[in-house]
Amino acid sequence: MPTFTPADLEAIRLSAKVAVAATIVSLPFGIAVAYVMSYLSFRGKTVVEVLLNLPLTLPPVVIGYLLLLLLGKKGWLGGMLDAAGIRVVFTWYAAVIASAVVGFPLLVRSIRIAMESIDERLIQASRTLGARWYDSLSTVILPLSLRGIVAGSSLMFGRSLGEFGATIIVAGNIPGVTQTMPLAIYDYASSPGGEKAALALCLVSAGLSLAVLFLHEYLGSRVTRRS
Amino acid sequence: MELLVRGTKTFGAFHLAADFTVAGNRIGIFGESGSGKSTLVNMLAGLEHPDSGEIMLDGEPLFSADRRINVPPERRRVALVFQHPHLFPHLSVRGNLLYGWKRCAVANRQVGLDDIIDVLKIGHILDRGVTNLSGGEKQRVALGRALLSNPRLLLMDEPLSALDDTLRFQIIPYLRGACEALAIPYLFISHSLVEMQLMAERVIVFSQGRQVADATPDDLARSRMGESPVGYINLLRLTDPRDNDGLTSYGWAGNRLFLTAPPGEGELLFELSSKDMILFKKHPEAISARNLLCCTVTDTFGAGRKAGVELQCGTGRLVAEVAVEAARELELAVGSEVFAAVKASAFRRLG
Repeated sequence: MPTFTPADLEAIRLSAKVAVAATIVSLPFGIAVAYVMSYLSFRGKTVVEVLLNLPLTLPPVVIGYLLLLLLGKKGWLGGMLDAAGIRVVFTWYAAVIASAVVGFPLLVRSIRIAMESIDERLIQASRTLGARWYDSLSTVILPLSLRGIVAGSSLMFGRSLGEFGATIIVAGNIPGVTQTMPLAIYDYASSPGGEKAALALCLVSAGLSLAVLFLHEYLGSRVTRRS
Repeated sequence: MELLVRGTKTFGAFHLAADFTVAGNRIGIFGESGSGKSTLVNMLAGLEHPDSGEIMLDGEPLFSADRRINVPPERRRVALVFQHPHLFPHLSVRGNLLYGWKRCAVANRQVGLDDIIDVLKIGHILDRGVTNLSGGEKQRVALGRALLSNPRLLLMDEPLSALDDTLRFQIIPYLRGACEALAIPYLFISHSLVEMQLMAERVIVFSQGRQVADATPDDLARSRMGESPVGYINLLRLTDPRDNDGLTSYGWAGNRLFLTAPPGEGELLFELSSKDMILFKKHPEAISARNLLCCTVTDTFGAGRKAGVELQCGTGRLVAEVAVEAARELELAVGSEVFAAVKASAFRRLG
């Protein structure tokens, strides 16, 4: 039976906290972006499309570095936040932001697939029955893309649990503050005699991932059966 | 209801040019697929807008390119029934029915759920989901949903073409009856002449993106008799079925007709093609056809290489067709008396 030090438990707790926060924070944006990309046509849509998917192919380390440039004290956004007395870099907020950015394409993609598979006529029917666009969105589009929203959120949550590259750069690896599970595993693996502890955390990580994926399948099938 | 449409729409190689004014409560839009009917429907509902022109409903502009008016679909109060029901799959029958009603201004709520349940006979399925309903039930719910939004105009875009023949003619009385009972004017779009005869009092004919005629359904059916492979379709409402020596006898317009079709309940709708009637100048003594009606010619009209003959039989009216030469030989003229023979198997039940 593997044993966990208080720092290990803190890392597990922090990982879960970061993943939940990243998913919740991203969800409204993910839905909004998926809606815009599914139903509106505008100039430069291809460029937006590419930018949206960029985090999928960009090395997370690069994303972390760009975020550091943006959110650091001398960064464009970081400067403004600093003036307001808010520090983001090397706090758990930074870990949330890193996870959110890296997982965002997965979230948008799932929701978009669900939205695009909704019969256009259903939306037209709701409009001719007196629903404005936001009414159609909340009473037809969202309920019918629930499966995609659930799927996207669980993928995003799972991806956040595993976030490493961007997090270590923008949030650092401070035990008890920003050290999430993958970072703790990295620490153990690179220090002599840490193999057992690393393996124990690996098991927890794998267990969580499996649980998320099973939940994803379960919710997905329930939503399908209901509709 | 008065509707004015004057507008054009071009996409790709297709060009739609509409320019008509109609007044009435049961208007048909007739045309083959690709004639621009559906584009017209979308423009009326506000789902697409014309490139130019204007659309006025009861004197109020829905679209005007000159005045830069384009009322959004949710404010037009123009409801749609599509070819397929397109019910909201995540809502119950009741939820579907009330979707438009909830969004309708209280002052405009003349039609309520109880009225719809009565005319469409859907009380027993109110709390069910929509995925397990039969095709006819689904289309009735779709109609109810549209009617409950209390529209000023109901657009029905080929609402029957996805249903099989039997169901089609079972739904028609609902479509027409509900709109009449609730005083909601409609525009009925179809490529079926029989549907037009049953649903419309006036028909606008579209072909290749422009309207080519504005006629009554009967005039339209007559003008198309010449090229139609099925001839002119007479629609007969038969009553009072009685068993009669292996045949069924029905009452129609003061006559008794003999049919091979088994008896049914109440008033039944049958079709009889103009091709299935044979005319005699004098009473034939013995004949295999079971129906011999003494008729007076009330009208004759040309239809290509055939002649159409309108006959008064009792209080009913039938249209028969004969070759032009036959019409000459029989000396068919308005007022002349002829005998029309119809086989007992020539009547086809609708619905």
